[in-house]
Amino acid sequence: MSATWLAVILGTLGCYAFKLAGASVPGPVLDQPHVSAIADALPIALLSALVVVQTFAVGMTLQLDARAIGVAAAVVALLLRAPFIVVVVVAAAVAAAVRALGWLP
Amino acid sequence: MSDEQWQRERRTVITNALSVGAATGAYGISFGAIAVTGGLSLLQTQVLSALMFTGGSQFALVGVLIGGGGAASAIATSVMLGARNAFYGLRLAPILQVSGWRRAAAAQLTIDESTAMTLARDERRFAGRGARLAFWLTGLSVFVFWNASTLIGAVSASAIGDPRALGLDAAIPAGFLALVWPRLKDRRSWSIAVGAGLVALVLTPFLSPGVPVLAAALVAVVAGVLQVRRPGGGAAS
Repeated sequence: MSATWLAVILGTLGCYAFKLAGASVPGPVLDQPHVSAIADALPIALLSALVVVQTFAVGMTLQLDARAIGVAAAVVALLLRAPFIVVVVVAAAVAAAVRALGWLP
Repeated sequence: MSDEQWQRERRTVITNALSVGAATGAYGISFGAIAVTGGLSLLQTQVLSALMFTGGSQFALVGVLIGGGGAASAIATSVMLGARNAFYGLRLAPILQVSGWRRAAAAQLTIDESTAMTLARDERRFAGRGARLAFWLTGLSVFVFWNASTLIGAVSASAIGDPRALGLDAAIPAGFLALVWPRLKDRRSWSIAVGAGLVALVLTPFLSPGVPVLAAALVAVVAGVLQVRRPGGGAAS
């Protein structure tokens, strides 16, 4: 089995296990202050780390390229309260333009 | 409670469920396109939308794989992101009151959108019928729109030649940014975001791809423990 299929299948099973756990596990196990505080913080930490890595990393090297300009444009779109699809399209379009003009790789 | 009031509640729930579904559809198109241009097959992409069915985790799995991370870190990142659904399930259980195969189905539909729409209804009105209707309708609506739009995005992306020329590699971090943005409400959430971002950035040159993101999860653990220890700083919701 390819690594991608392995990730797809095991990732899916893991995600479903968590979905089912909430509905099945007795309340007191999950309903503890530190558990729910960490659960609140996890998406923020993981998503922010993913933003940074996907913007600046190429494998194990850091690189400033057109992606960063695209993400900066996405920040502007978010500040202007643009919907998800607009944010994503703006980022892609700006990065593509920066590359087409040869300003950054 | 009069029948007329229930009819009005029903209409509101249906309208909301359809609008939320349509809105996530736009996001599904980007997921489909990014996954396929990143090297996943059409089938793998569609399996994620139908069976994993929790947007942030799907994006994370694909993002880590595209970034050169191994299967293990891709799985760990996406499953950790999906952990929040357990807490949604905990909140929903007393409202839904399901068991057996209905519970298994309800679990699959337990995501950000269905939870938000369910908790937005007043569960004391109509003996919880409105809240339950909101859960099932929103869940199904998002499921249908999400899967249809994933397919549209994935199929159209197959026709794209060079994803970099179209800036699709910038669309991935922009998507994560748009996902985390609504959660950045106060100083605490901003500190977690900046801390986690810095940890991932600093570790990138030293650890294999995917691992720095996992290391950044420790920031969440520290933040959670500190919040509970602080006097009067009990966990939010």
